[in-house]
Amino acid sequence: MSIDTPAIEISELGKTYASGEQALDGVSLTIRRGEIFALLGPNGAGKTTLISIICGIVNPGPGRVRVEGFDIVRDWRAARSLIGLVPQELHTDAFESVWNTVSFSRGLFGLAPKPAYVEQLLRDLTLWDKRGSEMRTLSGGMKRRVMIAKALAHEPRVLFLDEPTAGVDVELRRGMWQVVRRLRDNGVTVVLTTHYIEEAEEMADRVGVIHRGRLVEVEATATLMSRLGRKQLSVNLVEPLQAVPEALAERDVSLAEDGHTLVYDYDAAAEETGVRQLLAALEHSGVAYRDISTRQSSLEEIFVNLVNHREDGAP
Amino acid sequence: MNLYAIRAIYRAEMARTGRTLLQSIVSPVVSTSLYFVVFGAAIGSRIPEIGGVSYGAFIVPGLIMLMLLTQSVSMAAFAIYFPKFLGTIYELLSAPVSFLEVVIGYVGAAATKAVILGLIILATASFFVPLEIAHPLWMLLFLVLTAITFSLFGFILGVWADGFEKLQFVPLLIITPLAFLGGTFYTVDMLPPFWQTVTLLNPVLYLISGFRWSFYGVADVSVALSLGMILLFLVLCLAAVWWIFRTGYRLRE
Repeated sequence: MSIDTPAIEISELGKTYASGEQALDGVSLTIRRGEIFALLGPNGAGKTTLISIICGIVNPGPGRVRVEGFDIVRDWRAARSLIGLVPQELHTDAFESVWNTVSFSRGLFGLAPKPAYVEQLLRDLTLWDKRGSEMRTLSGGMKRRVMIAKALAHEPRVLFLDEPTAGVDVELRRGMWQVVRRLRDNGVTVVLTTHYIEEAEEMADRVGVIHRGRLVEVEATATLMSRLGRKQLSVNLVEPLQAVPEALAERDVSLAEDGHTLVYDYDAAAEETGVRQLLAALEHSGVAYRDISTRQSSLEEIFVNLVNHREDGAP
Repeated sequence: MNLYAIRAIYRAEMARTGRTLLQSIVSPVVSTSLYFVVFGAAIGSRIPEIGGVSYGAFIVPGLIMLMLLTQSVSMAAFAIYFPKFLGTIYELLSAPVSFLEVVIGYVGAAATKAVILGLIILATASFFVPLEIAHPLWMLLFLVLTAITFSLFGFILGVWADGFEKLQFVPLLIITPLAFLGGTFYTVDMLPPFWQTVTLLNPVLYLISGFRWSFYGVADVSVALSLGMILLFLVLCLAAVWWIFRTGYRLRE
């Protein structure tokens, strides 16, 4: 197996459920080894179906999926042994202990018991003190970490996290991000779906946007932000204005906060942003200002724009 | 063959029994013992011998078989139904485990529990009625084969069921009546001719008959036929399980 073999290679994957619902429509995607890839999309876009097919939970439709070169249908055993999955829901056996449930997962994936590894895993996820506790006694956050421990019990090379921080408080979410980064540093490929755009923005090397079963965009997070993102300049005025000065009328300028702030939207990646001219025009018009600030549009705004763009029927 | 997976499933299932000892072992043993007390020690002494065997001893193989059938089905059905119900089935489906390995793990554990239960009931019966086992190896063979076959059947039931009602329905409303009407408490020749013919359509009759033969050397039908019926049912169940995993019926969407 070549080191250049992608972690995941999906070509023209489709899926139509027995109900007639088309969940995936010709999805092609390559995920490189060792990257963190975020899959974004609204509810029902096909994210979970895509993950479920790769992991073997849902029967695949037409197309092909390979995990580190292994076909998920023909070489299913080899492919699955490379994958760890943290599902969206907290599915656990309530009466099983943390230690037993994690050890069970390791055995299920065909590996001999390795107590030292399981111990390290539980320590890394701050679950060691709870190793003898029954699952039903754990908090939601702890259960979520046990799910991660179960998914890592067989030392997978590709980890799928389906909405890993849904319903998790901010502190725990940041803790999980640390865990994911550590995994990436150890060479694990991480694919996550998330509703929290900031999570993708913060974590992902690349982002794929899925909508109505089709992959509408795949881009490095930074590139996507610079290509589709816009910046906003806010000029806090000394005196409020009733209307945008004539000299600025041709620019994309608006008034906010009862005339106390002038807002200018511009393309950060453009050769000429227009900021210099805007400030010069303000000077020329005699408009005094107190402060200037800029704000980058979030991935969320980019995502909403992308989806709306598609819904409007644009190519 | 993923032996570690088989071991993991088997051990998890056996551990679950350990956590529910009262329900899994104690309850069926106590309820069966009541039959021995009532029909063996109390009423049994007033009922004439059947084929040279006291009535209390006569009903022992049938009652063990009744418990073996219902418990094999229930234990295997619950074992696979619970992961579906709880959602933990995702782990089984995403693991590098073949259908054969899953079945060996779950059915093996359910059959083991059923055989242990059968042997405990047998030991308990010996306190209440005089027992003899003419063909102990055949007795064990019938016990193990029946436990495996009906655990497989329970596994299919657990996959098919989409609610607890269906899980209870088959053991209580199908298997128990078939066992009661399959010669647990009487021999076929004690029935009127018409009902003798009808009884021969009851598959459980063949199991009880073969099992009783291994105890007392008397049977309603030939031992070969009894063995053949168990093996036929075993093959049918294996075929159904193979189809379930091939198609993902009620497991994979």
